Amino acid sequence: MAAINQDNRGLRLIVRYAVLTLIAIIFIFPVLFMVMSSFKPNLQLLRDTSSLRAFLPVGDISLDNYYDAFRRAPIGLFVFNSVLVTGVTVLLSLFFCSLAAFSFVYLNWKGRDLALTIIIATLIIPFETIAIPLLLFVSKLPWIGLEGIEIGWLDSYHVQIIPWIADGLTVFLFVQYFKDLPGELIEACRVEGASWWQIYVKVVMPLSGPVIATAAILKFLVMYNQYLWPLIVVQQETYRPVLVGLQYFFQLNITWGEIMAYLTIVTIPVLAIYLVLQRAFIASIASTGVKG
Amino acid sequence: MASKLTTSNRAGWAFALPGFGLILLFIVIPFFFAFYLSLTNQRLVSPNPTEYVGFSNYEKLLSISVLTIEPEVDTAGVVLRDDAGEAQYPRVRSFTRNNPDFPQYDGMREWFRWHWGGTAKVVVATDVVFWKSLRNTLMFVLVVAPVQAALALGLALLVNQKLRGINIYRAIYFMPVVVSIVVVSLLFRFIYDGNDGLLNNILSFLTFGLFEGRDWLGSPDTALGAIKAMSIWQAVGFHMVIWLSGLQTISPTLYEASSIEGASKWQTFRYVTWPGLRNTAVLVIIVITMQAFALFAQIDVMTNGGPLDSTTTLVFQAVERGYGKQDISGAAAISVVLFLIVLSISMLQRYITRAR
Repeated sequence: MAAINQDNRGLRLIVRYAVLTLIAIIFIFPVLFMVMSSFKPNLQLLRDTSSLRAFLPVGDISLDNYYDAFRRAPIGLFVFNSVLVTGVTVLLSLFFCSLAAFSFVYLNWKGRDLALTIIIATLIIPFETIAIPLLLFVSKLPWIGLEGIEIGWLDSYHVQIIPWIADGLTVFLFVQYFKDLPGELIEACRVEGASWWQIYVKVVMPLSGPVIATAAILKFLVMYNQYLWPLIVVQQETYRPVLVGLQYFFQLNITWGEIMAYLTIVTIPVLAIYLVLQRAFIASIASTGVKG
Repeated sequence: MASKLTTSNRAGWAFALPGFGLILLFIVIPFFFAFYLSLTNQRLVSPNPTEYVGFSNYEKLLSISVLTIEPEVDTAGVVLRDDAGEAQYPRVRSFTRNNPDFPQYDGMREWFRWHWGGTAKVVVATDVVFWKSLRNTLMFVLVVAPVQAALALGLALLVNQKLRGINIYRAIYFMPVVVSIVVVSLLFRFIYDGNDGLLNNILSFLTFGLFEGRDWLGSPDTALGAIKAMSIWQAVGFHMVIWLSGLQTISPTLYEASSIEGASKWQTFRYVTWPGLRNTAVLVIIVITMQAFALFAQIDVMTNGGPLDSTTTLVFQAVERGYGKQDISGAAAISVVLFLIVLSISMLQRYITRAR
């Protein structure tokens, strides 16, 4: 009797792992195919799709596709643009949104509740519904450039950065987190004569590691994956981010090998960061749900 | 807690203003700007001054009507039939082009038709592409929202098991979320390809060669379905994680109690797990719905709305008109319609799932 139960449990375990693994294959195979194909010459790439070789680094393996892709498009510039825009936006977003949340949670001022209500209400507005009005709006905004005041923000880094700094979700995440910090601590600091700025810099932010990680990861994913907005506000190559740069590879005479190489270049940095910070990534998405 | 603190208007405003100001400037103002623009004839670049045009943008978008057409008859009153025996109908054009008897149909075009009691009912609209994009968007949401939510819950239950190495599986299921949807779309253009596509080869292999390949994105029958499947594949891990965080808020003592009571797996899910997930369910459904209504990148990269407008969507139309054709006001009207739909659906969802 005991032996049968033992067998049953072993079998069940095998079935469980088989199901888990089968599903894992569904999630991995397109990405695996992309990476493997990027090393293959075009003819072999097409031939390999009819067998398991599509997922294996076999045959004529080389970096030729990468070489060709780099020659076709200024990939280095596109990657630089994306990293710059993403990095600056994430940093400014963490600062501005945490500062606002600090004020909403710890300070008492006229209009505070109304302002917070407005910010929470913006969560229901999908960006896609304001993209076109925003396009017209930024095309009329003034900017102080090297040659004095210019009208219009199109074709620049700041048009990709400034509208994305503050958003309702980031403020909301910080507000939720700050509410759970011990309020007595902040009061004690006030009694001892610390300024609000000192409390923000020296007390609250050092305690906020988890929420900073969450907000940074979410913003990073949004910014690095920007497509619609830079598509409509950036014409010049100089400011173009990686995903819009993909359009270089929409032409007809491009080989799939080159496209796969470009897709791999775009994807590998994010995947690498994800693999290293995997737990933090998953925790950050999860934390948007807990209190929602 | 706030009451214990001294009021500090200056510091409060100073700290909140940068973040709040940016949100006002780049989210709230453009949002109201959209309503205003939709009532004008604004263009992106135009030498003419902008004029207020009332609701005419909406009239153009939303005008739709059903036209009943009698079959053509000969002098004896017998219905004319073609070689296949089908009744012959006069062309829709004869009603919608400069026909003084039917001014209400002027300029409209046929969307679709059906036959009813010896007549043809023809649905005509001024802006047929808009209606197609509305239908496609709704079909996308109606399929993707429930299927993605259910699959994500299934995956969450799977990776919530206490097994060695379960974290690895969780990480793999989540992985497509960090890959850009633009990258995924271009990759799947190759996977869905009619000639050398990976999907055709896999299906042919699994059915021992019985499956005949097809051009998934090239046919109006399969294009939107293929995009739905890909979109679910890419984002399901995101919602799996949200479900998972909901699952982990359910107290283990409830599971212990139900196991002592001898509840079956289904009973445990039905009476312990599911009630504990109520709030998570509301959140997941609302977030998926909002994301699904925003469908754009997949369309732009994979099909450009084709074939035969079978994959065009509201956001794609808004961008194509507002940016492509510089018709800002027309795009703003579509955006407002889209927003009102999203708003009413999420309010409806909140109402249906409200705490009882």
